[in-house]
Amino acid sequence: MDILNSLFTNLYDWLAATIHSLLAGLGLTKDAESAIVAAIMGLIVVTVILLWMVLMVLILIWLERKNAARVQDRVGPNRVGPWGLLQPVADTVKMFIKEDIIPTNADKLVHTLAPIVTMAPAVLAFAVIPWGKGMFPADLNIGVLWVVAVGSIGTLGIFMAGYGSNNKFSLLGGMRGVAQAVSYEIPQVLTIVTIVLMTGTMSLVKIVESQGGWGGLQWYIFAFPVGPIAFVVFYLSSLAEVNRTPFDIPEGESEIVAGHHTEYSGMKWGLFYLAEYFNFFLVCCLGAILFFGGWQGPGFLPGYVWFILKVYFLIWVGMWIRMTWPRFRVDQLMGFAWKVLVPIALLNILLAGLRFDLFSLLRMMGLIS
Amino acid sequence: MLDRYGIIALFALMAVIFPAIPLLLSWVIHPKKPNQSKLSTYECGLEFEDFPEHVQEVWVQFRVQYYIFALIFVVFAIEVVFLYPWAVAYNALGLFALVEMFIFLGILFVALAYAWRKNLLEWV
Repeated sequence: MDILNSLFTNLYDWLAATIHSLLAGLGLTKDAESAIVAAIMGLIVVTVILLWMVLMVLILIWLERKNAARVQDRVGPNRVGPWGLLQPVADTVKMFIKEDIIPTNADKLVHTLAPIVTMAPAVLAFAVIPWGKGMFPADLNIGVLWVVAVGSIGTLGIFMAGYGSNNKFSLLGGMRGVAQAVSYEIPQVLTIVTIVLMTGTMSLVKIVESQGGWGGLQWYIFAFPVGPIAFVVFYLSSLAEVNRTPFDIPEGESEIVAGHHTEYSGMKWGLFYLAEYFNFFLVCCLGAILFFGGWQGPGFLPGYVWFILKVYFLIWVGMWIRMTWPRFRVDQLMGFAWKVLVPIALLNILLAGLRFDLFSLLRMMGLIS
Repeated sequence: MLDRYGIIALFALMAVIFPAIPLLLSWVIHPKKPNQSKLSTYECGLEFEDFPEHVQEVWVQFRVQYYIFALIFVVFAIEVVFLYPWAVAYNALGLFALVEMFIFLGILFVALAYAWRKNLLEWV
């Protein structure tokens, strides 16, 4: 199990050592050599994570369609590849060879930049996500804050898409998207404060490490009542933050065609789609890290397997919610954020501050350290 | 510390390159046959050019409701930024932090209640 657990960290060390020995013959100074190795290893890590995420997104799209089909008593994609597994790949190829239309009236620069601005923060946030024990690109001591801060840049992309298209539906979608994103960011960030309060650190790695008790099961979701409340608020506001159905009024196709990406086609539209799934995966990662103990779990599975299992559980719940709930109305949506989620989140911080949770109680009784 | 932010810088670089690669690739291989109706603004099948001038105009003044939500957001976002360091240092501060918290969250509550009372949270 130890071998499996440290498989990727060992692989990393071995690669770094190999590059070191390759560079040794060049007669560089020690500092220059280690800087070059760090840069190469960094590039490898970033590339591996991005390729891995693209693979995850392809699987997610397939899963989502198959899940929807199962819920709605259909078969779903089943023509391309076994069980339709290659359907997302075929879709990607289609997107690549589709004509890219920029309307004459659109602001060409803003229209073209919008997909990139939407995509970039989704990539950036993965810089601090720990995938397993010792498996993280960077352990920032402000990890949580980094994810939140970077995540809010995505809103700008949506608004650029809406404004740059010079189309009424797009503009409405963009405006709605901004209003929704800023509203749901508050309860999301407030519930993260609860976890930071209980842990005393903003580093995602340290937050995961603090949940290692009880044989790897001392997750914050079990810290009644603060943990579960925080999780529900966090999860709902995260779904809204990434514009998932039932919170997808920025692109509500029954009202405003396709919202902010009405005028997009081909690969640009594909990037919006990709960014949506990147963000969905990201918030599920964040949920797994903050509330379900990240890579912590009973020892019969390696840490990174636990992490992926938890993330996919959260993703499945998100899909389930998507299949079963009808879309919110705009006023209901904004009211839900400010009148329900924000007060609950604020009260929850009070509870956490008063140490009114199971872990603190047990700690006070001397049952856990 | 520095190499951690070095990785972040690499991520920032890749965050721009990663979406740019498929865009460039598809720009190379996709067909380019524009025509008038393809390039016109989407209007559910109606001819956009037939609309009177003032209806074609899209970049108009927008409803104030959106900006009010943005203003409330700014207030709360700043408060939250203050909450984070407080939450990190909470264990070390003891009773002082507890009292501080009551005051600080009290202010937040009052702000929310005020906005609620003024019907600023209603979407009309």
